[in-house]
Amino acid sequence: MGKDAMRRLLWPLVALVIAIAYPFLFSTPFEQRLGALVLLYAIAASAWNIVGGYAGQVSVGHVVFFGCGAYAAMGAYAHFALSPLVGIPVGIIVSVAIAAVIGVPTLRLSGHYFSMATIAVAELVRLIVTNTDYLGAGVGLSGPTVPRNVFDLSFVSALPYYYLFLAVLVLTLGITWWMADSRMGFYLRAIRDSERAARSLGARASRVKLYAFMLSAGLTSVGGTLYATMFGFVDPDSGLGILISVKMLIMAALGGAGLLFGPLVGAAILVPLEEISNNLLGGKGAGLTFVLYGAIIVLIARFQPGGILTLINRLWTRRSKPPETQAAAGAVHAP
Amino acid sequence: MSSILVQVIVGGLLLGAVYALFSSGLTLIWGMMNIINFAHGDFVMLGMYVAFVIWTLFGAGPIVGAPVAVLVLATLGIIVYFGLIRSIMKGPMLAQILGTFGLALLLRYAVFWWFGANFLSLPENIVGGTYDVFGIRIQASRLLAGVVALIVTGGLHVLLTRTTLGSKMLAVAEDSAAAQLMGIRPDSMQAIAWAIAAGVTGIAGALIATFFYIVPTVGETLGIVAFVTVSLGGFGSVPGALVAGLLIGVIESLSAYWIGAVYKDIVVYSLFLCFLWFRPQGLMGKA
Repeated sequence: MGKDAMRRLLWPLVALVIAIAYPFLFSTPFEQRLGALVLLYAIAASAWNIVGGYAGQVSVGHVVFFGCGAYAAMGAYAHFALSPLVGIPVGIIVSVAIAAVIGVPTLRLSGHYFSMATIAVAELVRLIVTNTDYLGAGVGLSGPTVPRNVFDLSFVSALPYYYLFLAVLVLTLGITWWMADSRMGFYLRAIRDSERAARSLGARASRVKLYAFMLSAGLTSVGGTLYATMFGFVDPDSGLGILISVKMLIMAALGGAGLLFGPLVGAAILVPLEEISNNLLGGKGAGLTFVLYGAIIVLIARFQPGGILTLINRLWTRRSKPPETQAAAGAVHAP
Repeated sequence: MSSILVQVIVGGLLLGAVYALFSSGLTLIWGMMNIINFAHGDFVMLGMYVAFVIWTLFGAGPIVGAPVAVLVLATLGIIVYFGLIRSIMKGPMLAQILGTFGLALLLRYAVFWWFGANFLSLPENIVGGTYDVFGIRIQASRLLAGVVALIVTGGLHVLLTRTTLGSKMLAVAEDSAAAQLMGIRPDSMQAIAWAIAAGVTGIAGALIATFFYIVPTVGETLGIVAFVTVSLGGFGSVPGALVAGLLIGVIESLSAYWIGAVYKDIVVYSLFLCFLWFRPQGLMGKA
C-alpha cells in the first residue's frame, strides 16, 4: 500500500520539482513567458478535461466560461476600480449559472445536443458582448496599466505569473484528482462507458454530468481571469473567440482526455509549437497553425482517441507485462 | 400589411429555402448514422468558394458553378466518409465530435490561408437585375437561389421516400445489420448519403454565393444555422428541415428589419436555446 502510493506520487512530484525549477533553468524573459503560457493553457485545458474527458461530454464552446472570468476581471477594474482578482468569484458565479442554463436541458439528451448547444451559446455570448458598449463592444476592456498595489496583479516580469499559474494549476489538478477518486468520479466513468447501464444501477446520470460541467465551468473561468491579468486586456477575439475553445480541446485530447496529466502534456507540446510557428511565419502563420491544429484533431480522433499518454501507457504495459495479460491491459486502457 | 413587410418576408422565405437545402444534408446524415457533422457549415463555405473560383477563372455564373460545386463537394463527402467517418462511427463520442470538428477547422483555415480573410463577393448582376412584382422588389439572384433550393429539397425528399435507393438508405438507417442480411451494403449506402449530404451543400453554397458575403469563417455561422434548423425540424426529417429552414429565414429577416441586422443571429441562437429547453424533439418530431 505504502509502496503503491509512493509510486503513484513519484511522477507528479518529479513534474512539480521540474516545474518549480524551470524559471531558473530557462531564465530569459521569452522562456519564462512561454512557461507561464504553458501553465495557463494547462489550467484551462485541465478544467475542460473534467467535463470533456472525465464525463465524456464534448464542450466546443468552453471559451464562454474563459470569457466570463476575463471580462469579470477587466470589468471590475474598468467600471469599479477594483482589483482584477474580484473577477475570480464573479466569473465563477456567472460561469456556473451559464453552465446550468446549457446543461440542464442538454445533458438529458444525446451528447450531440450538448456539443451543438455549447457552440451556439459561445457564439451568442460573443455576439451580445460585441454589441454591448458597457463590455467594451468590439474594442474590449483594459486592466490597470500602472499597478496601484500588488492586488492589481500587474507585473512586468513573467515570473510572478509563472508561480501564480503553477499554484492554480496544482489546485485545479488537485480538485480533478479528488473528484475522480470520489463517488462522483466513479459515476462519471460508469456513465462514460455505458450511460444506460449506469442509470440502471442507480447513477443519476444527468445530475452527475451537470455537476461536472458546472465544476469545469467555474475552473475555466479562473483561467480566464488569470489570462486577463497577464495580458492586461480582453476583447471579443481574445476572450470569446472559438479558437480559445479549440485550444483547450486540442490540448486535452492530444495529451489524453480523461487523464489527470493529459492536458498539461498537451499544453507543453502545443504552446511552444504555436509560439515558434508564429515567430517563424509571422501573421501569415496564424492560418497555417490552425490548419495544423485541425489536422492534429482529425488524426487523434481517427487513430488515437486516448491521446499520447494512453499510447505511452499501452506501450509501457506491453513491454513490462507477460503477453497473456496484454488483452486485459488493453481493455483497461481502451477509451 | 405594408409592401415593405411583404418584401422582407418573401426575402426571408427565399433565404430560408437555401437554409433548408443545406440543413437537409445535415439531417440526412444525423438520421442515418447518428453523427453530427460539425464541418457541415464549412462544406457550404467550400461551395461558395468553388462558385467564386469558377467565376474568376471562367467568368461563369452559378449555372456552371453549382454543378461543379456539387461534384467537388460530393467527392469530398465520399473521401471524408471512407477516410474518417467510417472509423470514428464506432468510436467513443469524443472521437466522433472531435473528428468532424477538426475537419471543420482544417477546411476553414486551409481556405483562410489560401484566399485570406478578406470578404469576397460575386458581382451583383451575375444572375440578373431586380424584379418588381406588385410593388415588391426581389433580386433575381435570391429568387433563383430560393426556387432552386425548394426544388432540390423537394427532390431529395422524393428520392428518400419514393425510390429504391431511398428505401435502401432508410433500411440501413433503421437497422444496418438487418439491411445487410437483405443484400444491402450499409457501407455503400452510407457513402452515398455522405455524397448527397455534401453535394447539397455544394448547390446551396454556389447559390448563396450570388448574394452573400464570402469569407472563410462564414461556415461557422451557417453551421449553427443548420444545427438550429435540424433541431427545430426534428431528427432526420427532410420536410421538418424545410419548414424549419423557411421559418428561420423569415425570423431572421424580420428581426433584422425590426431590431437591426446585427441582432438577427442573436435572435436565432436564443431561439435554439429555448427549443432545447422546452421542445428538444423539434417542432415535428415525436416525443
